[in-house]
This record gives sequence, C-alpha cells and structure tokens, in this order.
Amino acid sequence: MNQRIPVTELASDFKGRAREALADSQLRSNFRTAMDSLMRKRADAFSDADEREGLRELGNRIRARSLSNLPDLLEELETRLTANGIKVHWAETVEEANEIVHGIIEAHDGRQVVKGKSMVSEEMEMNDYLADRDIECLESDMGEYIVQLDGEKPSHIIMPAIHKNARQVSALFNEKLGEHVSEDVDELIQTGRRILRRKFLEADVGVSGVNFAIAETGTLLLVENEGNGRMSTTSPPVHIAVTGIEKVVSNLRDVVPLVSLLTRSALGQPITTYINMISGPRKPDELDGPEEVHLVLLDNGRTGAFADAQMRQTLNCIRCGACMNHCPVYTRVGGHTYGEVYPGPIGKIVTPHMVGLDKVPDHPSASSLCGACGEVCPVKIPIPELLQRLRQENVQAPDHQPAAVKGAGSKYSRKERMVWRTWVMLNTRPSLYKLFLWGATRFRALAPKKVGPWTENHSAPVPAARSLHDLARDHLKNPPNGRAGS
Amino acid sequence: MSELFYDAAPNATRVAPARETERHYPDKPSEVSLFGTCVVDLFFPEAGLDAIRLLEQQGIRVHFPQQQSCCGQPAWTSGYREEARAVALAQLDLLDDGRPVVVPSGSCAGMFRHHYRELFADEPDNLRRAEDLAERTFELTEFLLKVCKVQLVDRGAKHRIALHTSCTARREMNTHLHARELLAQLDNVERVDHDHESECCGFGGTFSIRMPDISGAMVLDKTTALRQSGAAEAISADCGCLMNINGALEKQQHAFRGRHLASFLWERCGERQPGGEQ
Repeated sequence: MNQRIPVTELASDFKGRAREALADSQLRSNFRTAMDSLMRKRADAFSDADEREGLRELGNRIRARSLSNLPDLLEELETRLTANGIKVHWAETVEEANEIVHGIIEAHDGRQVVKGKSMVSEEMEMNDYLADRDIECLESDMGEYIVQLDGEKPSHIIMPAIHKNARQVSALFNEKLGEHVSEDVDELIQTGRRILRRKFLEADVGVSGVNFAIAETGTLLLVENEGNGRMSTTSPPVHIAVTGIEKVVSNLRDVVPLVSLLTRSALGQPITTYINMISGPRKPDELDGPEEVHLVLLDNGRTGAFADAQMRQTLNCIRCGACMNHCPVYTRVGGHTYGEVYPGPIGKIVTPHMVGLDKVPDHPSASSLCGACGEVCPVKIPIPELLQRLRQENVQAPDHQPAAVKGAGSKYSRKERMVWRTWVMLNTRPSLYKLFLWGATRFRALAPKKVGPWTENHSAPVPAARSLHDLARDHLKNPPNGRAGS
Repeated sequence: MSELFYDAAPNATRVAPARETERHYPDKPSEVSLFGTCVVDLFFPEAGLDAIRLLEQQGIRVHFPQQQSCCGQPAWTSGYREEARAVALAQLDLLDDGRPVVVPSGSCAGMFRHHYRELFADEPDNLRRAEDLAERTFELTEFLLKVCKVQLVDRGAKHRIALHTSCTARREMNTHLHARELLAQLDNVERVDHDHESECCGFGGTFSIRMPDISGAMVLDKTTALRQSGAAEAISADCGCLMNINGALEKQQHAFRGRHLASFLWERCGERQPGGEQ
C-alpha cells in the first residue's frame, strides 16, 4: 500500500492550489457535473419548502440544545456506554487519539485494520500513524478506497473521490490492481467490492466513525450506503469507533429529524441503505458482532470553539456536505485546494479551531459571502456570519486582548489598516468625499488602466463624467411639478 | 454514489422561492430619501438618477442627502469592524430624519437592514437608531412593487433580457423575485433564463481582489451563461454585480452588457409626465 502524500505538501498555499485546480479542466468539469447533480437531488428531496424549513429549525434546536448541555451529556453518554460494555476513551489531541487506537490494536496483536468511512480518523491522519507502526489500515468505503489506492486524500466529506470520473477510476484500477476493468460503473464497484470482501474477513480490528452518539441509551449511530460500515463494525473481533465530542445528542427521538436532514441534504436520499445502531459488543447468545467495542472521543480544538458563544455554532455541523455542494468556490476548486481535512464552507469555519487560524489564513477570505452555504445548512449554521467573524479575528492587532480564536491576528497588516483608516476619513467627511468625487470624475481620463488584481479579469473601471451627487443635486434643483427636494 | 458518475444535472435554473415571512409594508409615503451607494455614485450615476425619476413618477418627493458616502460594507466584509462602524455611524446620523430610505442595491440595503444591528450591538442608543433605519430601508424594486404598487406601462419595442439577481437580494433581502415581477409587467419584454442563475457572479466586494483567480472563474462562467441565454442584454438591480459582469465582458471583448433595472425601467416606462398616478 502506498504511503499517502499529505495534500498540504503538494503545493504551497491556498491561492497556489486554487490556481492549479482552476487550470485543471477535467477536475473542474468533474466537480461542476457532480455538484449540479447533488444540488438537484437535494432540491428534489426537499420539495416541500415548509416542511424543509420546519425540519431545519428543529434540527437547529436539537443541536443547540445538545451543545448547551454538552458536558452533562458526555458524562451521561460515558456512563451508559460503559454500562453497555463499550469502553470509552478520551483524547484531547489527535496524538492522544492515535496512541489510544494503536494501544488497543497492539493489545490484540492486530496487523490488519479495516475502516469504514470516518472524517475524524482523517483528522487524526490515523492511516499514516498506523502505517508507520506496521499496521495496514484499509479504507472500505468505495470512494475512500479509490483515493487511498491513488495515494490521495478525500476531496469531499461524503464523497471522497468525487473529483474523479469513471474513466479515471478505471485507469487507476487497471494500473494499481493489475486487472482490466472497463469504465462501467457497476463493474468498477463490483471489482472494488470483491477485493474488500476478503479484507473484512481477514481484518483483526474494524474502525468506524460515528454520526450520532445517543446519551440516553448509550448507542453509537452510523449512517452509510454501501454496507462496508456494517461489515467493518461486525466482522472483525474488535471495533473501535472514533468521533468528535460534539456528536452527542440526548435521546433516540433527537436523531430521527437529524438523520432525515443528513441524508436528504447530503445525497438527496430519503434515508440511507444502512443505519447501524451499536449498543455494545456481542452478547453470549448472539451470532455476530465484535467481542470488544471501544469509543474514542476526540476534542482537537472543539472545546475552544465551544467556549465562544458565536463560534460554538460550528459544532452544530452534522457533516452532510451540503454547504460544499452548493458553494460556488468549492465547485470550482474542489476539496484538495483547502489543504485540510474539512474542505468547503464548513471547513473554513471548523478548521481554524483545530489547527489555528494562522495555519489557514486565506480560508475566511476565500468566499464571496454569497450565502448559499448558510441557505442549505440543515442545522442552520450561519456560515457567512462566522466567516465574517473569522475575518475580524484574522486582522486583529497582535496586542489585542487574548485572542478568541487560536492563531488570530496573523493577517494583521499595518499598511492595510492604514488604507482602511484613510477610507474612513474619506467616507465620514462629506467635504473630503465630495472633493474625491470631483477629482475622480474630472480626471477620469487619467484613471489607471491597471488596478491591481482587478484588471486580471476585468477592464479597469472608469468613473462617470459626473457623480450621482452632482446629477441628483442638479435634478432636484428643478424638480418636476415644482417640488423641490433637498 | 455510483450513479453520480453519470448523472449530470441539466442546466437547470434554480430560483429560490420567496420566504414565507414576508415583510409588512407601509402605505406609499409622500417623501423618501435615496441612498445612492458609492458604486452607483462614481460608476453608475445614471442608474441612481433614473431611480429618482421612477420614484418621482410615483408622485414621491425624493431627497438626496448630499452628505452621504458609503454604507460601510467594504470594511465590514473585510473584517474591519471599527472602520465599518465609523462610516456606518456617519450614515446613521445622516438618515436620522424618519423618512423611508430607498436603496438601488440589495447589498447596501442589506447592510442597513441587517448588519448595522451587529455593528451597534453594544451601544443601546445607536442600536435603537439602527433598528429604526432598518425598518425604514427598502431596496428599490421592493419599494416600487410592494410600497408603490406600481403598474408599469411598457412603451418600448420587443426586447429580450436576462435577469441577474444579486446574492444579497436573494438571501439577505428576500427581494430576488421582485425584479422578475416588475419585468413581467412589461408587455414587450421577454425574460429568458440562464444557466446557474442563482449562483454568485464572483464579485463579493473585496473577494474579487483577494481571490482574483477564483472570482475570475466565477465571473467567466456567469458572463458566458448570460451571453448564451439568447438575451440582448442583462438587467440587474445591483451595481456591484454589474461592475463585475460588465468589467469582465469588456475585458473578454464581448459587446454584451448589463444594465441597472432602474435605467431599463425608466427607458421603457419613463416618457409619461411625472407625477402620474393614473
């Protein structure tokens, strides 16, 4: 198995990666096609606007209630899970989480791990960590399997290989698996499945993510379409689930609307093929299931976001990917451009809490604030508002009181602040503003032909011969029907 | 996931439905103030003047406070909250006379209606004034349609246009259907749809300067869709978008252009003597 190349090492920065992605016409066409399809599917799945808005409101309330009660719910969850025979582990950092997972595998002399799709394990870069310790961790979600085979990382949180089309997948299979596979999607899927089936039986440990952890019953709920999640959580003798601490909800009733929102927002499905509810290891009279079940609860910056009333809303996310599907920026550059585990609009607001805003300083600016992400978010996270907030944190002066967001202030520039100060003077002193208008209109012929980056894609804007201030004053001096304006 | 490989969406036009919680509108007032916006002021002054003419045609006395400048949005969206607040305060002082304020731009109207509250959240007196301004602020198409209840009489020849709605009209002001309704009143104007109509044109204020490559890709797609729609020109109620779209079209050396809705309406319906409620 290839060692995976971290995307962050492929190119220097967000803007550079964006330029490369924009130059890749195949990539752009793949994303446009896929995102258009996903947008239409979501629209079809929510054909009743009233029902959709009611459900989003409910989803928001459930998530907000869960978070407002997070410490208590986590305690309740631990108590219930433990009573059900599931071993609970707490990790503050990804290093700790990896050590815990490795420790469990070692305790069973495990060498082969099969994994259902999990974004938190991506956050932990668990595959690399285990590979360094001679443990093979095979991705069993078809999309994840494809990107793993290609030494890449997922470009979408729901559809990891969405950036590739069938022709590219067929070429990849032919190259890496050494057998001829056509471009027929069914044949591609069957080929992948055949290989994975064997792995499920051979694996020592299965790893999965968690969509919702239910405190009241001590249940781990897992939504999936391919059955690989069910295989990797039941076939190997040991199951390790990894999840962020925010995924906890109070009771079973909470998950019904959340699952409906999740599946409809993600792929436009009324429900997924499989909903796994894991409430403990195999009992003596049961035929299948693992003998041991572990849950690793990861913080990785989440408590930092939790501490800030506005940023706490980032933790509402149920990882449906709808914001990326509808984002005009994501659609054009794809997930790898973001260089982090969570791409798209949601990635821009959750990643700073995990890695620090100084590591992803361009993310908050990489949005036209068009609002499409906020409009489709199933739990009504005000993503544009939070991006705005992060922009403020970004340009904070270094001597500003304790930063609310890790790594704030890295985009502070004395020069840029001076530009805005000048702009304030111009726009708060009417005589100065009018002088500016007078100069700009009178000397319009002298307007520069190149205006920074603007003229890369536009001709330079030329001021009008007379400003609206002038036109309006003259017009209102001699108003129709003798009515004088001010 | 398998079918996704093949299942490309048709070039469907997606238009968000109007939201259920519609704003309560007052009766038509006798006087309003026009807030021109800085982009209109310098680059599209005719659009501002045509907005004034359209309002006068409805028998409304229009004031144009000469001390006005910018709503503060460029600093606000760039993260410069204090700077945005200082400029916002100047406009708040200026527009404090209780008159309705009409704005020929969804994004600047949205700034008044939504973001001034955030800027003055910690200042009770200014917050009260900001909330009052928000209540009195109307985007031009909204004001013509919902407050003036205009009945437009089309005097122009047959014409095909494509409508570009701004993201703020769509998602912040809920006024994206108003321009459609106004245009539908024009007998000789056919509105044609274009691909990805609901998608951002790539302007986003300083976004177009900070991320020129991504913004450039977005505006290229937008201008291509507009040109291929079969329309003779594009109409929009937002001059920010128009500056972006027209600037790109000029750079691409296409003759196709966008125009502000106020200018379009005045050209087609403005020949009547003003003052004319029928």
